[in-house]
Amino acid sequence: MAEPVLAVDNLATHFFTRDGVVKSVDGVSFTVAPGEVLGLVGESGSGKSVTGFSIMGLIDPPGRIVSGSIRLKGEELVGRTEAEMRAVRGRSLAMIFQDPMMTLNPVLRIDTQMMEAVHAHENVSEKAARDRAVQALAQVGIPSPEERLSAYPHQFSGGMRQRVAIAIALIHRPALIIADEPTTALDVTIQSQILAEVQKLCAESGTALVWITHDLAVVAGLADRVAVMYAGRIVEQGPVDDVLDRPLHPYTHGLIGSVPGDSLPGKRLMQIPGSTPSLGRLPPGCAFEPRCSRAVEACRAAAPPLMQGAGGRAYRCINPVSAEEAA
Amino acid sequence: MAAQELLRIEGISKRFVKPVDLAGRIANMMGASNRESVVHAVDGVDLTVAEGEVVALVGESGCGKSTLGRVIAGIHEATKGRVFWRGQDIAKMDSAARQAFTLGAQMIFQDPMSSLNPRIRAGEIVGEAPRVHGLVDAAGQAEYVANLFRQVGLDPDYRRRFPHQFSGGQRARIGIARALAVKPKLLVCDESVAALDVSIQAQVLNLFMDLREALGLAYVFISHDLGVVRHISDRIFIMYLGRVIESGRTDEIFRAPAHPYTRALLDNVPRLDARKRSFSTVKGEIPSPLHPPPGCHFHPRCPVAGPRCAIEVPRRTTLSEGRIVACHLADGGVSAAA
Ligand SMILES: Nc1ncnc2c1ncn2[C@@H]1O[C@H](COP(=O)(O)OP(=O)(O)OP(=O)(O)O)[C@@H](O)[C@H]1O
Ligand SMILES: Nc1ncnc2c1ncn2[C@@H]1O[C@H](COP(=O)(O)OP(=O)(O)OP(=O)(O)O)[C@@H](O)[C@H]1O
Ligand code: SF4
Ligand SMILES: [Mg+2]
Ligand SMILES: [Mg+2]
Repeated sequence: MAEPVLAVDNLATHFFTRDGVVKSVDGVSFTVAPGEVLGLVGESGSGKSVTGFSIMGLIDPPGRIVSGSIRLKGEELVGRTEAEMRAVRGRSLAMIFQDPMMTLNPVLRIDTQMMEAVHAHENVSEKAARDRAVQALAQVGIPSPEERLSAYPHQFSGGMRQRVAIAIALIHRPALIIADEPTTALDVTIQSQILAEVQKLCAESGTALVWITHDLAVVAGLADRVAVMYAGRIVEQGPVDDVLDRPLHPYTHGLIGSVPGDSLPGKRLMQIPGSTPSLGRLPPGCAFEPRCSRAVEACRAAAPPLMQGAGGRAYRCINPVSAEEAA
Repeated sequence: MAAQELLRIEGISKRFVKPVDLAGRIANMMGASNRESVVHAVDGVDLTVAEGEVVALVGESGCGKSTLGRVIAGIHEATKGRVFWRGQDIAKMDSAARQAFTLGAQMIFQDPMSSLNPRIRAGEIVGEAPRVHGLVDAAGQAEYVANLFRQVGLDPDYRRRFPHQFSGGQRARIGIARALAVKPKLLVCDESVAALDVSIQAQVLNLFMDLREALGLAYVFISHDLGVVRHISDRIFIMYLGRVIESGRTDEIFRAPAHPYTRALLDNVPRLDARKRSFSTVKGEIPSPLHPPPGCHFHPRCPVAGPRCAIEVPRRTTLSEGRIVACHLADGGVSAAA
């Protein structure tokens, strides 16, 4: 296997708040190979965004990476200064947010912003920077890009703004892009257009992609591998087909059963009882145990260790779902 | 199914007039001529709901789902058209009949947090309307509310809590309990599960189905999520820029969508069983409802459009019993009109 673009090992990012320590990310490990798409899924508050921000070096106090390692093309990112991280961000590592206005400045014209992005890491002429901007906009499917360059962000629709944000992320052909729910707020047909563009661009340039979403169905269509987060930990990961067809972790199993559209219309959906736990007060054992129908005594005693399964699968469960039960 | 008709709307249109905004007024002072603009949020919609039936309204943002839902629930008055509740025109009702409609059709909103008063305890939120409308007296209120809490799967002891002390799924249940408190026959659910996590969404969808069974409730279910709609509805109305472009039984529409937009929508829905797919795309953006394209609103994005589509508004064509589509393909073809 090729050397991974990104290797996250035992990452822990905690927030030290007045009400106590919030262990938003607690012992997360995964790798992404060149050109690979990893889907990072989980419900609200499970730690997906904090994982993404940790990789980007964007964790601010009271938050802090307390342990673990993040290596980009073999080089350690944890412990770098803000100035060092700025040189990495935008050049070999880029992020796309759910709200494109996290990337875009509302008071600057698109051309100004895109040329600034080019100049941030490359010393080229105005003309060359402008050409790059036009090219990048065309690449993400913006019609007549030369004309659109002089517009302001508010003159674009939500879908168009997201395309511009993606174009900016792609300008320096980064080795890795972290996409945090960039299509969640968009309509189905527009989401589909953007997924198609992203798919094409990553295939062409070999850019690796971490796609953060709560939507398992998007991951099914887009990703090579999937990692499922629950309460700050990855509870299961592996190739998409394996995880979705033969889930090992009871949470993954329940999540798949909760998605309407596949199970028989009108039938009750499989539902996971209870609600997601508060990260400040996690039980000592498996965080899913209070909601889990397969829990045994040992689940309450200590957090399940990471188990390795066949074919690059890994999971944290003492009493995993068997292949027959998963079917 | 020969169930009784509960609600019928005929030729419903709803227009909003948007005044010129500040920027526009300033520009006007410098010689520009910005006029107030008119949005046809809903444009000539017919629809019926039978007792105990689940009818879904689907479509992309701005197509008029919420506006139509509000007209159905009696919150908005239509600009044009008529609404019948149990066969009676609501414009000609006496006050007793009007009251029966007002209580009989209840709306549940998307964001349970913003529709629940943060300073009022959950028990009072649920119990206020039935007391005001004389469905229960002050002495009976506590027990009445406790029963509603049980019905939606909440611990009755939570009655003294405030909205912020509940999780998202629990708040959704409070919103549902509040609507159920006045014994409605029809619930209009506007994106009621959109903001919930999948596992919680499943709990609430199951609750909707249980209530339908137990109380014979009918639903108008507004959603942009076709997976949810497929799961829960008997019939679907698909909207595009204010118009219904296709309607019919849910299973039939999913098996054989007739309108090019419906086909595009179904093709583009992410599905758990569609792995590593290449996403097909509908070209173009959703046009602004302020300036909808002439003829068929969908023609600039339609892969099979012809010259007729840019000129003539497609008529409604009945394909089979209860199956209606508004597309020239089903009505003589897309080449220029004879
Ligand atoms: N600045 C902060 N201070 C304290 N806690 C924080 C902070 N930022 C995030 N958290 C907590 O960390 C946890 C994980 O948050 P995160 O934003 O990563 O969730 P997520 O999986 O991205 O959820 P969503 O799907 O809602 O975006 C949450 O419980 C959140 O409240
Ligand atoms: N009170 C109002 N005043 C002016 N315009 C309105 C008003 N309510 C809705 N509109 C306009 O009517 C159109 C339809 O809006 P509506 O909210 O019904 O759409 P929707 O299908 O519910 O969209 P979404 O999926 O985004 O909720 C939009 O263009 C909207 O801007
Ligand atoms: S009427 Fe024409 S443009 Fe509209 S959907 Fe049918 S074929 Fe396409
Ligand atoms: Mg997030
Ligand atoms: Mg709406």
